[in-house]
Amino acid sequence: MAKLESNLKTMVLSLLGVCAVASALLGFMNSITEGPIAESKLKAKLDAIRLVVPEFNNDPSAEMYTVPSDLGDLECYPAKKDSVLVGVAVSTKTNIAFSGSFAVMVGLKPDGTIFSTSVLEHKETPGLGTKMMEPKFKDQFVGKNPGEKILKVRKDGGEIDAITAATISSRAFCDAVMRAYNSWKKGEQQ
Amino acid sequence: MSHFKHFVNGIIRENPTLVLLIGMCPTLAVSTSANNGVGMGIATTFVLTMSNIVIAAIKNVVPNKVRIPIFVVVIASFVTIVQMTMEAFVPGLYKALGVFVPLIVVNCIILARAEAFAQKNSILDSLLDGLGMGVGFTIALTTLGGIREILGNGTFFGMSLVGENANTILVFILSPGAFIALGYLIALVNQLKKTK
Repeated sequence: MAKLESNLKTMVLSLLGVCAVASALLGFMNSITEGPIAESKLKAKLDAIRLVVPEFNNDPSAEMYTVPSDLGDLECYPAKKDSVLVGVAVSTKTNIAFSGSFAVMVGLKPDGTIFSTSVLEHKETPGLGTKMMEPKFKDQFVGKNPGEKILKVRKDGGEIDAITAATISSRAFCDAVMRAYNSWKKGEQQ
Repeated sequence: MSHFKHFVNGIIRENPTLVLLIGMCPTLAVSTSANNGVGMGIATTFVLTMSNIVIAAIKNVVPNKVRIPIFVVVIASFVTIVQMTMEAFVPGLYKALGVFVPLIVVNCIILARAEAFAQKNSILDSLLDGLGMGVGFTIALTTLGGIREILGNGTFFGMSLVGENANTILVFILSPGAFIALGYLIALVNQLKKTK
């Protein structure tokens, strides 16, 4: 078969044909993967909640409420064991990160002490900013109460050891944690 | 055997990254660890092979003047398929590769192979060419990622090689380190080719 000549008719028809086949294929793939993607997203969210609060047996995503902050509403997931509140997972974010913003799930005990933290999504430098997910850095936050002492990196006069060569990411992490606490506290008082 | 040479071609003699020097953007950006290199390499190999096959199959019904838009549609479709499949079934890898998965679309290795090879050759040869180029890309990315990970972070495939507080050469994790490591790697490959 000889190569098609480039005239208006063949160009329009071939482009149309290729695009039609491509979009049909993508639509088909979307219908297959839609379910698993939604499932894995929900699972990732529940896993993140489970990581940052003590053991619970309610459905935190069903009892979700929002609290206002300067970066828009933050989602709070109350974790209850036998109807007693054991912790709240606050999905918080920061906008002073090295590459703009990232999102962290912060688990607070009812008295405001940090139980644990988990990074939800980020675009920080691999090997530098990503060290904020390692125990050496994030375990510093465990057991601290941001209400008693504002969490800051040492350079800013606080007591958090910043990650070597990633002070901005460390600072942003503190910012996200403080935002979670302050917004949650405000919601509590109302 | 004559078909097989198209496969071997991409691995060393015409290695897309180290010899042809195309696809530099994803190479430099993703090769921060050996793991990322492997993941990106496999995803690219899949897209490259599939698009090469399809383009070789439809080459006679594609008018010359609109070939580039058609190639891009084909490539973008496969990238989207890879992206959706990864997000659905391997969310961990999807998260690690992040924005670089959609960027496979603009990886010039794929368009270059479509232009330079697939639209002139048979389906079988194009398949082998795609596989060979993909393997070459994966090897280059994994090597570069390994070197940068060892020097900059003291780990290899996530396994720690040095103590917790060892001083590593941080610059190799950052962009300038990528250029330095890539430069030495290309020099090495050139030397190897000369002595052969």
